[in-house]
Amino acid sequence: MTAQPHTDPLPASREREGPAGRVGEGRHAAIYWTGFSVILALLVIAPLVLPEFWRRFLTEILIWGLLAMSSDILIGYTGMVSFGHSAFFGLGMYGAAASLTSLEPPNLWLAMLFGLAAAAAVAGFVAYFSTRLRDIYFAITTLIFSQIFYVVIFTWTEVTGGENGLTFSRPPLALPGLFSVPFTSQTLHWFVVAVVTLSYLVLRRITQSPFGMVLQSIRENEPRTRAIGYPIERYKIVAVMLSGLFAGLAGVLYAVQNQFAAPDFVFFLVSGEAVIYNVIGGIGTLVGPIVGAAFFLLLREGLSRFFTEYYLIPVGVIFVAMVIFMPQGLLGFMRRWLNE
Amino acid sequence: MTRVPMQPLLAVEDIHTYYGKSHILHGVSMEVGNGEVVGLLGRNGVGKSTTLKAVAGLVHPSGGEVRFEGRPITRLPAHRVARLGVGYVPEERRIFPLLTVIENLRTGLDRHGVTTARKKELLEKVYAYFPVLAERRSQAGGTLSGGEQQMLAIARAMMLEPKIILLDEPTEGLMPRMVSQIREIIEVLHREHVAVLLVEQNVPLTLEASQRIYILEKGVVRHHAPAVELQVDDAVIHQYLGV
Amino acid sequence: MEFLQTIPFDQLLIQTINGIVTGMILALVASGLTLIFGIMDVVNFAHGELFMLGAYFGVIVLGATGDFWLALVAASLIIALLGAAIYLTTLRPLLGRDPLTTLLSTFGVSLGLQNYALWQFGPVARKIAEPFTGHFSLFYLDYPWYRLVIALLSAAIIGALWLFLKFGTFGIWIRATTQDRVMAQAMGIPVPWVLTVVFAIGAGMAGASGVLFGPLVGVNPTMGLDWILKTLIVVVVGGMGNLAGSIAAAIFISLLEAYAALWVSPAQAVIVSFVVLILTLLFRPTGLFASSAK
Repeated sequence: MTAQPHTDPLPASREREGPAGRVGEGRHAAIYWTGFSVILALLVIAPLVLPEFWRRFLTEILIWGLLAMSSDILIGYTGMVSFGHSAFFGLGMYGAAASLTSLEPPNLWLAMLFGLAAAAAVAGFVAYFSTRLRDIYFAITTLIFSQIFYVVIFTWTEVTGGENGLTFSRPPLALPGLFSVPFTSQTLHWFVVAVVTLSYLVLRRITQSPFGMVLQSIRENEPRTRAIGYPIERYKIVAVMLSGLFAGLAGVLYAVQNQFAAPDFVFFLVSGEAVIYNVIGGIGTLVGPIVGAAFFLLLREGLSRFFTEYYLIPVGVIFVAMVIFMPQGLLGFMRRWLNE
Repeated sequence: MTRVPMQPLLAVEDIHTYYGKSHILHGVSMEVGNGEVVGLLGRNGVGKSTTLKAVAGLVHPSGGEVRFEGRPITRLPAHRVARLGVGYVPEERRIFPLLTVIENLRTGLDRHGVTTARKKELLEKVYAYFPVLAERRSQAGGTLSGGEQQMLAIARAMMLEPKIILLDEPTEGLMPRMVSQIREIIEVLHREHVAVLLVEQNVPLTLEASQRIYILEKGVVRHHAPAVELQVDDAVIHQYLGV
Repeated sequence: MEFLQTIPFDQLLIQTINGIVTGMILALVASGLTLIFGIMDVVNFAHGELFMLGAYFGVIVLGATGDFWLALVAASLIIALLGAAIYLTTLRPLLGRDPLTTLLSTFGVSLGLQNYALWQFGPVARKIAEPFTGHFSLFYLDYPWYRLVIALLSAAIIGALWLFLKFGTFGIWIRATTQDRVMAQAMGIPVPWVLTVVFAIGAGMAGASGVLFGPLVGVNPTMGLDWILKTLIVVVVGGMGNLAGSIAAAIFISLLEAYAALWVSPAQAVIVSFVVLILTLLFRPTGLFASSAK
């Protein structure tokens, strides 16, 4: 019987050397990095030209984009749809909040540390239970775990502030011993740009690494990958934790930007939104989700002016239409290209 | 060569099918006349099952035409094809495991325009041919033995009162005793003027039971002859089947 | 074990009844979800919203006619039709594809429906009046008859579903399609039609539950969210696609939650269901009550 024409499960047959090391790909790399620099430059200039409202809007796009990008690791690269990201995001937020409310003086880096640690712990917990489950069960279980954390946070008022959440002051941008400056709206934006860009580059490197290749082969053909000998569960657990870390990072950024933490962000709908950004932008592209977040948030902003309330209805309709007619998302057609 | 009437019951004309990017059938053509038993032989993986599925409407060819009683059925959904009078008995039998024997039969029996009396008739007829099924009528399909499931699968298709039954490797995994029972069943179908398109690995059985044989190789029909000719001429069989 | 002695027996009994009542409604909702999943591998995220809209349409028809039972039937039918429409527009096109896409699709639908309800009906809770008042004495409490009636009614609807599936041609068609969709088609069963009808039935059951549950608490646009969560847990614990399992799981979990509510707040009692889920996933991931395949 003629075999499935799917390429061998490990597309690593293409040598991985990084964009510069391949014959004939020089041009591709040049275009890519040019485009990258242009966008980066735009993001950096933005706070200098945009009115405050839009500046803040852009920063939020980046933060949600980071969250969506983190979930792309699971959805786009490993083939696992997770609704648990709100838990990672939320715990990142609360972790940062914990540090910022309890330690004096408030320290940015400790906040990040706490946030990432909390997110990692939650990710580990969720990963342990869910990764042995397939597809739909995985999605449902991660959703339920989000809700577990939501309920705990919501009801444990003494520690988490319950329904009202926690508020705190923004920590200064500080390198201990060297300098300490409070964030201005511009420097905060640049900080977020820096963090998100770095995250993107790190994640990109990871997806191109042998580890990333295995994840993709798990997505393409799990039984075959397992048959070859890879310990699937372990890879999946690492993928979830990786994803959780960056989601938590987004949570930390959100906390720092907005100076509060609330249980709403742990509610599974937030995960759902991240998934929506992924699908709209194009899964498996890393940048796609950020574009998706931008598209969705801009759409929401725009429609909310026309429909004042309940603009989410046309948004929902558009989303479903995209799932049916444009499942590869806005950037999906560039997927191959973006990953090389 | 038996003369087939102007309009054969089933005409497969140059069909091409794909599975993903794999090109499975590269232009298969064949015919089955009313009440004829036609055999389809070939090695594993040449596309015999796919051909049956294309006729049944479970696979839609991307090229070519399938005609039943003259009308094109190529793009009809499978359930409509079945209702036109095409019965399908797949490899692995695939009876409904959690339905009882009688419920399995009812999936074919409960149709539009069949009177209760006729249903009773059909059931009794099938119980007469397959007494084992009568015995086990209230048992879940999944609890039957392999041979019994095969009989149920065929009986179920017969409930459609089909004009043709597509049989995919009915003797696979069966004990020799059952194999001769299958031979008898095909004989019964032939007597009832039900045409049969038989895919099999068991060459002697096929040669015995069929009137004409098509031999498939790599998705095309390579040889077509009356069964009697092939019974004598081993060379062809060796060439295409390596038996 | 003096802990046990602190539990007043009467409260225990009341909670048992409460648990069974909620459990039956949950069973009704979950049956629809698991039926849909069993036959077409779709996890209908919008199921909670169908429940919620059922309650709202119940409110509307009740307001127009004053007849609760009419409202129940009408709302169920409307939601069933809505279900069929949703299936035909957003799920049928996705049939051949990755089951992931149906997850996303129903999620999008749920978002749309939720906000539609918010838009049309506003965030303030409405009330469905009980169809009949009247209590009987249960210890020191006046226990409303109505609650018992809805439990019985839910059981009746589920029973009717079971009979429908077991006997009758359409029931056989549904079961055959669930067990082997391809062979069902090969037997002439009009599978596309069967799938649409099953989705409609599932939706209708969710809608009916909404109307039945309405008088117990207020009707608001977000009630679907709680229920989809609970329903998903029930369906996983009972074994996806396993009708009897979902029913058993629904009652089991509701009882446990009702008992837990004796000690902790209802918001926290929910954790019980989470714990049951985790234990199920650890030890019997195919479902606590799963005996054989379905």
